[in-house]
Amino acid sequence: MSRISRRFKQLEARHQTALIPFITAGDPNPEVTVPLMHALVAAGASLLELGVPFSDPMADGPVIQRANERALKHNISLRDVIGMVHRFREQDQDTPVVLMGYLNPIEALSYQKFAQLAGAAGVDGVITVDIPPEEAGEYLAELRAQQLDPIFLLAPTSDERRIKLICDAASGFVYYVSVKGTTGAASLAIGEVASKVFEIRKATKLPVGVGFGIKDPESAQAVAQVADAVIVGSVLVNQIEALAAQPEAIAPALASSISRMRSAMDLI
Amino acid sequence: MATTSQSDFTNQPDAQGHFGRYGGLFVAETLMGPLQELRDAYARYIKDETFLAELDADLRDYVGRPSSLYFASQLSRRCGGARIYLKREDLNHTGAHKINNTIGQALLAKRMGKRRIIAETGAGQHGVATATVAARLGLECVVYMGSVDMARQQANVYRMRMLGAKVVAVESGSKTLKDALNEAMRDWVTHVDNTFYIIGTVAGPHPYPAMVRDFQKVIGREARTQILQQAGKLPDALVACVGGGSNAIGLFHPFLNDTSVAIYGVEAAGEGLESGRHAAPLCAGRPGVLHGNRTYLMQDENGQIIETHSISAGLDYPGVGPEHAWLKESGRANYVAVTDQQALDAFHELTRREGIIPALESSHALAYAIELARGMGSDQIVLVNLSGRGDKDMHTVAALDGIQV
Repeated sequence: MSRISRRFKQLEARHQTALIPFITAGDPNPEVTVPLMHALVAAGASLLELGVPFSDPMADGPVIQRANERALKHNISLRDVIGMVHRFREQDQDTPVVLMGYLNPIEALSYQKFAQLAGAAGVDGVITVDIPPEEAGEYLAELRAQQLDPIFLLAPTSDERRIKLICDAASGFVYYVSVKGTTGAASLAIGEVASKVFEIRKATKLPVGVGFGIKDPESAQAVAQVADAVIVGSVLVNQIEALAAQPEAIAPALASSISRMRSAMDLI
Repeated sequence: MATTSQSDFTNQPDAQGHFGRYGGLFVAETLMGPLQELRDAYARYIKDETFLAELDADLRDYVGRPSSLYFASQLSRRCGGARIYLKREDLNHTGAHKINNTIGQALLAKRMGKRRIIAETGAGQHGVATATVAARLGLECVVYMGSVDMARQQANVYRMRMLGAKVVAVESGSKTLKDALNEAMRDWVTHVDNTFYIIGTVAGPHPYPAMVRDFQKVIGREARTQILQQAGKLPDALVACVGGGSNAIGLFHPFLNDTSVAIYGVEAAGEGLESGRHAAPLCAGRPGVLHGNRTYLMQDENGQIIETHSISAGLDYPGVGPEHAWLKESGRANYVAVTDQQALDAFHELTRREGIIPALESSHALAYAIELARGMGSDQIVLVNLSGRGDKDMHTVAALDGIQV
């Protein structure tokens, strides 16, 4: 069983919903990332989602675009990000780590090389924003050969046929993008999210994570009532941006946000 | 996989939008549904007689088609080689080939019930062509433009605003065309229900490369008929500039199976391919995935897209249409590059010899055509796509002479 599946089983046994913070690797500088990952776990993160910087993050809103630009000022490459996961694993063997990024840096390395390096470093899953299952045959084979879970996004515009197609290609969990828009978009409508998650559950037994538009403990709590995982990104990356000049303050600030969300989610 | 023994070069892409191993559909899930909707609508209307009749009437009466094919006798004499013919897309309404495509897509948007149009633009020509058709059809129009490009092309920004478009400055990344495209995609993802995204070139996710090509093929169809009428034979070579590559594919496509016709796409070598400051992905880049398709890209060893350079904003793009990548690989077309300086020389040459001021983009094609013609016989023909007029470039050229206009 993969580290991701094991973690969801543990959470289920404790009747807890997973909380997955997103940060961009190397933002605002490369030294911050690994200690920050440990701090997020200590504060209650169940899995970690690590953004791989890309020059053209088409699916991201302004907050995460700027995080990509800050990281790229340090020339953070996909190999560097994998190296960070390797260092994280020296102290943490249990918390799953999922990379999120765009296809071109992976193609530049080659699918096979990427999967081998990521698997060896202790990466557990990969969200590749701009490759739908229709184009992913060869890529999926390489990921699976290294026991990496391909995690796909589902959207409000995904119809029944696409939900089935995507759930069949995915493993680990599926990620429902709760609003039409980019990361950091407007607040989600919980009623609509609930009915779409219900539809997704008919197509798969995989855990369903929900992200985009979760901004505070209240929205995290609301989503926790319908989803298996709450994914939160832009609100954390905003804090990183505000504290970029005092990087030592970043980990305590984000830990505090995560721990407040965790507490709110555990009240249900 | 394509090979040089291929007999039909016009049968691309496949049903999933692949031109050989290029093209395809690489977008976030939110856009997969809307792109399917677009594919369905396009497949339906491109065979719909009423739609095609309306398109033809607009191309004739509003754009001014057919554009003429002009024998540049003075330029040809100066070269002392092949006869050079110019396909005069510069005479179209709004001054370039861009409107052939925006008319087609806007008519499609109207039929799909989308009342809001968005577009990206680099030099502003596609933005102006989009704002123009939006004004005529009474559609809301938002154009994304890099803030660096807005500063370079203030007259076109003003033109778009006069036409009623909202021009949004893009401040992310390199603040140029590729970032404008990213921002337009973000807008589309957010407003998919009521919005039609008019992409200006033969890039983007399927069906855009095929759809934009089909709307631009009118260039090559007319040119083929015209050259047969005027010269009694097919040309020996076609030359067109390639940024994203829409004017080039429009000219090339109807000639692809005429294998006696050599085909040359001309990229922007900027300050020289060896300088690294250029916009020539087919000549000096390598394949990757950007903006929804797999194609040749300007990228570093880590797969990050790198900044491009060209004197002409319309060629200043790090990717290229996937059909060009396929035509390169299949060997059917040749891709070459000319520098800023060579393009400027050709710009002045045509202006002085023929009294035609070409766009800096088209000047790249001219520069190569002049070289090519010199090495050919006087019984041979080089047909160049003069894709746009140079009015928009007056201040760029004047600035090089130390004059502010």
